[in-house]
Amino acid sequence: MSEYKYIGKPVKRHDGVEKVTGQASYTGDLKMSGMLYAKMKTSEYAHAKILKVDTSEAEKLPGVRAVIDGRHGFAKLGIYMQDRSVIAMDKVRYHGEVVAAVAADDLETAERAIELIKVEYEPLPIIQDVREAVKPDAPLIHPDLGSYSHTVGVFFPKAGTNVANHMKLRRGNVEEGFAKSDVILENTFTQSQIFHIPLETHVTIVQWGAGDNIKIWCSGQSPFSVRDLFSIAFGVPRNNIEVNILYVGGGFGAKAGIHLEPLVGLLSKAAGGRPVKLVPTREEECSTLPCRQGLFARIKTGCSAEGRILAEEVELLWDAGAYADYGVNIGRASATSGCGPYEIENIKIDSLTVYTNHVFGTAYRGFGHPEVFFAVERQRDLMAAKLGMDPTEFRLKNLLYPGSRTVTGELITENTGRPDKCLKRVAEMIGLHNHYTDAEKAEMKRTGKYRGKAAAVLQKAPAMPTWAASSALVQMNEDGTVRISVSGVDYGQGTYTVLQQIAAERLNLPIEKISINKSVSTPISPYDWQTVASRMTVICGMAVADACDDLKEQILEMAAVVLRASKHEIAFGEGDVYVMQNPQYRVGFNKIAIGYVYENGNAVGGPLIGRGKAIAQGLTNLDPETGQGKAALDWTYGAHAAEIEVDTETGDIEVLQFASCIDVGQVMNEELMRGQIVGGVLQGLGCAKSEYVSHDASGRLLTRNFTDYKIPTFKDMPKKMMVDAVETPQLDGPYGARGCGEHPLISVTSVMANALANAVGVQFFDLPLSADRVYRRIQAGNSGPKLS
Amino acid sequence: MNRQRIRLKVNGQAYDTLCSENATLLTLLREDLGLTGTKEGCGAGECGACTVILNGRPVNSCMVLALECQDSEVRTIEGETVNGGLSDLQKAFIEHNALQCGFCTPGMIMSARALLDKNPSPTREDICEALEGNLCRCTGYEPIIAAVLSAAGGEVNE
Ligand code: FES
Ligand code: FES
Repeated sequence: MSEYKYIGKPVKRHDGVEKVTGQASYTGDLKMSGMLYAKMKTSEYAHAKILKVDTSEAEKLPGVRAVIDGRHGFAKLGIYMQDRSVIAMDKVRYHGEVVAAVAADDLETAERAIELIKVEYEPLPIIQDVREAVKPDAPLIHPDLGSYSHTVGVFFPKAGTNVANHMKLRRGNVEEGFAKSDVILENTFTQSQIFHIPLETHVTIVQWGAGDNIKIWCSGQSPFSVRDLFSIAFGVPRNNIEVNILYVGGGFGAKAGIHLEPLVGLLSKAAGGRPVKLVPTREEECSTLPCRQGLFARIKTGCSAEGRILAEEVELLWDAGAYADYGVNIGRASATSGCGPYEIENIKIDSLTVYTNHVFGTAYRGFGHPEVFFAVERQRDLMAAKLGMDPTEFRLKNLLYPGSRTVTGELITENTGRPDKCLKRVAEMIGLHNHYTDAEKAEMKRTGKYRGKAAAVLQKAPAMPTWAASSALVQMNEDGTVRISVSGVDYGQGTYTVLQQIAAERLNLPIEKISINKSVSTPISPYDWQTVASRMTVICGMAVADACDDLKEQILEMAAVVLRASKHEIAFGEGDVYVMQNPQYRVGFNKIAIGYVYENGNAVGGPLIGRGKAIAQGLTNLDPETGQGKAALDWTYGAHAAEIEVDTETGDIEVLQFASCIDVGQVMNEELMRGQIVGGVLQGLGCAKSEYVSHDASGRLLTRNFTDYKIPTFKDMPKKMMVDAVETPQLDGPYGARGCGEHPLISVTSVMANALANAVGVQFFDLPLSADRVYRRIQAGNSGPKLS
Repeated sequence: MNRQRIRLKVNGQAYDTLCSENATLLTLLREDLGLTGTKEGCGAGECGACTVILNGRPVNSCMVLALECQDSEVRTIEGETVNGGLSDLQKAFIEHNALQCGFCTPGMIMSARALLDKNPSPTREDICEALEGNLCRCTGYEPIIAAVLSAAGGEVNE
């Protein structure tokens, strides 16, 4: 369909060979001479004063080289708000919080030393429910909230409360909208926190050498953000800090921002500059490292009798857990999608990021959208039912179309992307509107296995500061091949492969002649903000395209000299350049890559280096009172649909077929895109069916391993998975492309709960739809199975 | 710490070394023998990232004491390549995009290898059964099934 040579073509991922042979190096595979091993001492209480930390016995243990606690780890950390210290001081705010750490000659010694550390606590009242946390008389988890530094004008912490940020969106007048409505429906939806579960934990090695020369190797998504936040926390210049990222065993947002680097750095410093390695156990990954936030959502919707949404009021209470350094932005960004991709004249959204005594939250694939869309897209089906309308028809009637305005007042154009097309497509793919025959219904009755279908839409734009930028270098090797350097991290999404395709297209060079750096090192790699937000293909892609254009310009300049022609008379071949009118005059890239040498030995030019950069165009901070402004670099819209079968005897849900369609603008690499979608949908099915973070009454985390916290296995795959794409080009994206890394996970839970309601008439307002819960609800339900 | 002598064969190579009493086979491979291709995802027998083949059977090496492997034959991902060339399974994993972050991949390939050794033409169900203990957070499993089917010369229909 496209006229491209490399874009949209089946190019294989760049990292396959290293990964299938076990030769790919991850941070955990590194060993350095003199390296020490670290272990953390964590809190047994969810909220308590620290009265005393006694490390004296641990320090005496032979082989222990450093012991630190809150007295050393007081520096404040955080990406959007600096609300957590490296090690808990004065008090702990969640069960699992670090109170001390040890570095020793080997892990066993470190483990024994940890047991010798004695901590005295005085328990404080705990808060686990966001609705309790926002009450005026609630105990304060951060009494100093008013003094925390944060991005001013973007976030609005409420001193003297547990509200880390209050994001407001206002359009029109909701009261008037409700007054005009014929049908009003109000519901609440609850979702627990969720774990990311990258298969590799946050492995970290740091060497804090003399003269504050700091070297970091970490399993992270964001080398430059680690450098930046480390520098801010300790006042060490950026130039002294080297962050290295090798292969990364999964991130999903968990490894954005900064995590264990400061802790391990302090251990190294205390141990006289020896490198220290910390490999969190799976249990520590669950209980100490951050998770996805929980959400309590209340939605009130007013509609005309004809099914137009006239007003919507949304209240989002995010369970940020003990810290909200990243969470404040999830509350902010997801509010810009707080009503979904619908045109609604009167809107009032309040999104509050709320502290509790749970594990703290951070970015997670979808950045709040999977949670918000569970509520919004459930609400749409429930409203359609109340109106007696087909839910797809109801959605189509209210979706955004060119000319509509988003909740932040942004104008939708012909190039924004089309949720309606995606929705129609998935409905078609699963046969959403084919009613079950009488024979099929009889069969369901006989077997007790009821089928149901549903669809839902989704959207997301990158959530990031207005200034989040990428840069790229494209350097030519002696033989005329090129190498790309970027600082976005490819932890398997396939970004690097797509960047190679962009360079191949731009330079008209075969893909084999283009390599890309496989590891990032801040002293030599060009700047990038973070590998998050589905922004790599778009922004990093534009930076690579820009760098290729720069390289081409240099090639032309050299060629003009060598070929004795004007630049406009020269054309690009495949790996060479020639005089257009007389193609026999040509010079290969290999002859000019590092300088051209004349027969007598004279040389001109020099190594060719293309440099490129990109930054989001025209984003604004949002108005503090109304949330109006330009929030989105690009909106990626999409839709999912599913047909499920519920066994009413067991409550078990099987996904018979699942369809996904996303308006990606331009399919860059179909196989890699499918990989993102199939993987993301299954991750979403985990949230729908089995994943649930739970705490006991005293706030202790109960789900700390793969037995208690179940992620999908081979047995949980949909029986049939269908993937399609709409291609409405994004004019400022590379070759029209938009990001789609997070989107597959959005609206999976809503589709599943909607399909369940369709199958057996049981309405879920919370998750997961685990067999035991579904079974109990079917048993309790007086409505009985209902068929469409 | 008490270190004891252990002799075993890994990927056909004989090793004679010392390891601590409570070291797991995973630790022996990664820390003492420097074979870091085998990964640790949980250390508790729940994820399969550490799968190796011990005397012909797939095991979670994090759950096996190294000293129990006295005189054993172990096969790891490092032994999957033959003379520097990729095996059928390795090629199929690349061909079908059956990996993303790659952290589960070595364990996944070893489990698949153990399956194919026993059952050269497994069905889709056989594969799901045999690999159920191997978790992957990235791929959604679908391409892994396709890869194993195609390495076994079977029909891959999406
Ligand atoms: S690391 Fe051995 S099963 Fe997870
Ligand atoms: S490829 Fe990442 S866990 Fe399987």
